[in-house]
Amino acid sequence: MLEVEALATAYGQSQVLFGVSFGVRAGEVATLLGRNGMGKTTTVRSIMGMVPIRGGAITFEGRPLQGLPSYLVAQAGIGLVPEGRQVFPNLTVRENLLAAAADRFRRADPWTLDKIFALFPQLAGRRGHFGSQLSGGEQQMLAIGRALMTNPRMLILDEATEGLAPLVCIEIYRAIESLKASGLAILIIDKNLRALTRTADRHYVLEKGRVVWSGVSSELVADRDAQHRYLGV
Amino acid sequence: MNSRTRAIVLATGLAVLAAVPPVAGLLNQPFYLDLVRRIMIFAIAALSLNLILGYGGMISFGHAAYLGIGAYAVGVLAHYGIDNGFLQWALAIGASALVALVIGAVSIRTSGVYFIMITLAFTQMLYYLGISVEEFGGDDGMRLAAKSQFGLIDLNDGNAFYYLVLAVLVLFLFLGHRLVNSRFGMVIRAARSNEARTRSIGFSPYPYRLAAFVIAGAMCGLAGALLVNHTAYLTPEFMNWTRSGELMFMVILGGTASIAGPVLGAFALLLVEDALSGWTQHWQLILGPLLVLSVLFFRRGLAGLLFGKNE
Repeated sequence: MLEVEALATAYGQSQVLFGVSFGVRAGEVATLLGRNGMGKTTTVRSIMGMVPIRGGAITFEGRPLQGLPSYLVAQAGIGLVPEGRQVFPNLTVRENLLAAAADRFRRADPWTLDKIFALFPQLAGRRGHFGSQLSGGEQQMLAIGRALMTNPRMLILDEATEGLAPLVCIEIYRAIESLKASGLAILIIDKNLRALTRTADRHYVLEKGRVVWSGVSSELVADRDAQHRYLGV
Repeated sequence: MNSRTRAIVLATGLAVLAAVPPVAGLLNQPFYLDLVRRIMIFAIAALSLNLILGYGGMISFGHAAYLGIGAYAVGVLAHYGIDNGFLQWALAIGASALVALVIGAVSIRTSGVYFIMITLAFTQMLYYLGISVEEFGGDDGMRLAAKSQFGLIDLNDGNAFYYLVLAVLVLFLFLGHRLVNSRFGMVIRAARSNEARTRSIGFSPYPYRLAAFVIAGAMCGLAGALLVNHTAYLTPEFMNWTRSGELMFMVILGGTASIAGPVLGAFALLLVEDALSGWTQHWQLILGPLLVLSVLFFRRGLAGLLFGKNE
């Protein structure tokens, strides 16, 4: 579904990605792993067209994405839940969701406010509150809801549970599981390895701008050496 | 303050405004009719500016341009003997929208201080254009040949004109409210707070901002058409940069986060100005510090004081 081939990206003089290649198949949950500064977020930003890429190819459902501005990448069907959540602080919960609402692929069963509130019941009671008045966990739920309201064909979560309380993390992963069950392709970046190996199918480990390890969950769980070397656990 | 009390406050305010003509008539003080009418016209202009400044984050330092264009559209047609009000006002709105489209198309590609300077520069160009056209009085301006003619409504009748201005104000309050709470308004507000995020949910902010800029310009153009009928005189001073600054101040003083805020700001600024200038000719010495204090202590503006946090 998403194919990234030999992706190279640089910020000015300093190159960050040196030929990253990976793919996410339809209905699959994949992860990007690696320590801080290894290029995970830069990979996401490259896919989304938020930084210009130096080389390589990004295709989504057979369509090249490289060079497209990010609003067209979003319109192509990729929903982003960004690092740091970044909900609109001056819009209410309801408005955050409605502003994003779009059904570009005429889905049989598009996302609605009610469905988002069914996925995250905690948000329902906060629908009139401004984005700035939410807790971190609620902001993350709203950020996921906002991405879902664009009815994406694939969801990208950058730092899915960073800085959230353990109970909230459980809530977020419960939602991710239910999205996976609905057949949505998902790419997750997170530090929560135990939850990731349980939820995700395939993993890619980045180190210094390259994919140095890839495999399915059972392989990652078994490979203590890779976990230690690349992830420091 | 909940929405019900807010509605009561709003209704009270409108009732007071509606009561001005009979009360001024009873007291035989037509001056107040004139004053409040003028304030309401500026309130309309400030309200239109707030759509882009407050909700869109586009700090236009040239909004007086549309006051001028609206005024000149009416004045120039009247100068050539065309006094049909519908035609004049349609031209005022249309010409303002067109100019806003051109200015916006260029300036919205920039942001921050560049946006401020470009909008100012365009308005200064129009200001000097007004000064240089001798046919329409140049620097001195010219008298409005005749007030806009609307058949049933006679603008020479002070009360009728007053209620027309009030009706436009109420209409624009309503339209502004609808616009800001529409999907379009949500995207504009979202783009103000986080442009990159707005893109990543699938919107290019540019066309939305440009549309808002044109709508605000057109609304202010109508305020210009009202203003020239009010003063019965037009000069390039309508487009002076200090006028743009006053409009900005009304918006900031009144509060950017609500539709009614700039209306409060217009009333507060112009009433204080009127009171002080009647008292001493050095009134600006007092007004200046007052404005500084109000910005320091009422960060959310008068509307924030009156309506509380969630407006």
